[in-house]
Amino acid sequence: MVEPLLAVADLRAGYGSAVVLDDISLDLTAQGSLAVLGRNGVGKSTLLLAIMGYTRVSRGRILWRGADITYEPPHRRARAGIGWVAQEREIFSTLTVEENLTVAARDGHWSLRRVYELFPRLAERRRNLGNQLSGGEQQMLAIARALMTNPALLLLDEPFEGLAPIVVEELTAAIRRMIAESSNAFVLVEQHAEIALPLTENVIVLERGRIVHRGPSAQLLADHAALERLIGLKLAEV
Amino acid sequence: MTIQRSSWGSSVTSATIASPRDYLQTQMRWRWSEIAFWFATLLPFIVTPDYLLLASQVAIAALFVLSLDLILGFAGIVSLGHAAYFGVGAYTAGLISKWGWGEPLTGLLIAALAAGVFGYLTSFIVARFRHLPLIMITLGIGLLLQEAANSASWLTGGFDGLQGIRTWPIAGRFRFDLYGYTAYGYALAALFVIFLGARRLIHSPFGLALRGIRDNSQRMRAIGASTYSHIRTIYTIAAMIAGIAGAILAQSTETVSLEALGFQRSADVLVMLILGGTGRLYGGLLGAIVYMVARDQFSGLNPQYWYFWIGLLLIAVVVVLPNGLLGGLTLLTRRSKAAS
Repeated sequence: MVEPLLAVADLRAGYGSAVVLDDISLDLTAQGSLAVLGRNGVGKSTLLLAIMGYTRVSRGRILWRGADITYEPPHRRARAGIGWVAQEREIFSTLTVEENLTVAARDGHWSLRRVYELFPRLAERRRNLGNQLSGGEQQMLAIARALMTNPALLLLDEPFEGLAPIVVEELTAAIRRMIAESSNAFVLVEQHAEIALPLTENVIVLERGRIVHRGPSAQLLADHAALERLIGLKLAEV
Repeated sequence: MTIQRSSWGSSVTSATIASPRDYLQTQMRWRWSEIAFWFATLLPFIVTPDYLLLASQVAIAALFVLSLDLILGFAGIVSLGHAAYFGVGAYTAGLISKWGWGEPLTGLLIAALAAGVFGYLTSFIVARFRHLPLIMITLGIGLLLQEAANSASWLTGGFDGLQGIRTWPIAGRFRFDLYGYTAYGYALAALFVIFLGARRLIHSPFGLALRGIRDNSQRMRAIGASTYSHIRTIYTIAAMIAGIAGAILAQSTETVSLEALGFQRSADVLVMLILGGTGRLYGGLLGAIVYMVARDQFSGLNPQYWYFWIGLLLIAVVVVLPNGLLGGLTLLTRRSKAAS
């Protein structure tokens, strides 16, 4: 069996004394992709924070290429190859677009030229400051900035939230191209199953901090009854 | 505006987007205004030779402000105790000279090392905090050192100041004269050389990372920067530069008083930086010039109340020009260019 890129085993994590996630186990291969679905506040973002090292882990382990990183600080995980696009985007507001991209750049497939090809809008706005961008542009910049670190695993936290439908379409297309072009694994946290499932290979559904469903994404997408039961989603005929 | 934007758009070719390193290099290019500024710093020798002592004080202050700008303007470390490092440099240079070694350049080097060591040690505390706690901690470091120097009067001369400093001529030739020719030349040379280093530093990947930390240190950590070690490094560098400024003051005036590491000096340097504009290197220099010249002029008018005018100036600048005098100047030139 191939050693997984990321392995989470029996993880219990939270903030302070509060436990948010429990009994979490998952594997991700080097080119795997995972959708994390669930309602608001079930711990989806916390799962990404735990993988990045921002939560208190009280049980279980996180392995990265077979090495235990459960207690490594965030910046070491980032350097080891985990890229994280937070829900808040957190663009450096007094840096230009190009500086935002440059500040974390590491050698690899993704260069300034390639991310500008992926997001032509960023190329147009490369001299603008981070706080002069629209919400959609900020999200593109946040993703592009993470790509510039050339991560082996990309964590995306609700990248479409709060964006206009037309921008969501543009961004989905870019993410699809990104997946086709690069070889990294990724985890996509989403509330919208109809967006996340077609983009991913596998899916887990969280409920109150535990995994209540896991399986291939295509299978769940086809199973309308399960979707409705798990996340209350009524899909129109797809 | 639209014309400009489309020209950016069309210029986005593989030639212009080479690598992050190339991007930083284009930022390094010298502007004409910069070259003009440095030539203008030579003017006091010719135009106002009677004011060379003041000019040397300005250059020392500018060097000190530069060190604060590196940590405040580029890494977001607000300090109310930066004079501590200035003072360590001043006392170190003074003591070496008092004990019999008056050669200025080695004195400068040793003072920089002493201030750097003190900066490095304190940086471990400083790097862990931000905002108000950080201000209190730096204030504490300053007060602590001032009282320590006061009580160790056997070493520092306490309240009477350090006496008996004799600075040898630079390179055995340039004696520190009464008019300040040597003092200004010495301080200006040090300022220029260190400025070149600081300019290089802020346009390096390290400098860009510092600005990222200033904006959002949490996020910098998430993309792989060890923010603590970055902050410790820049804090140590800034302490060394502050120490050099202090050493030049000690060597050129041949005296060190407790005021060298007092709270007033920490506050003054912060005011100079805010007046001039943070995070742009030249802002601090401009602030030092305006502040020192204003102090010289105002204290001639009515010596007791000159801080009144500085207070007024400070409020006016912060209210009207949030990016300081230099920010205001940039805005003005940009507007006049747009108008023409």
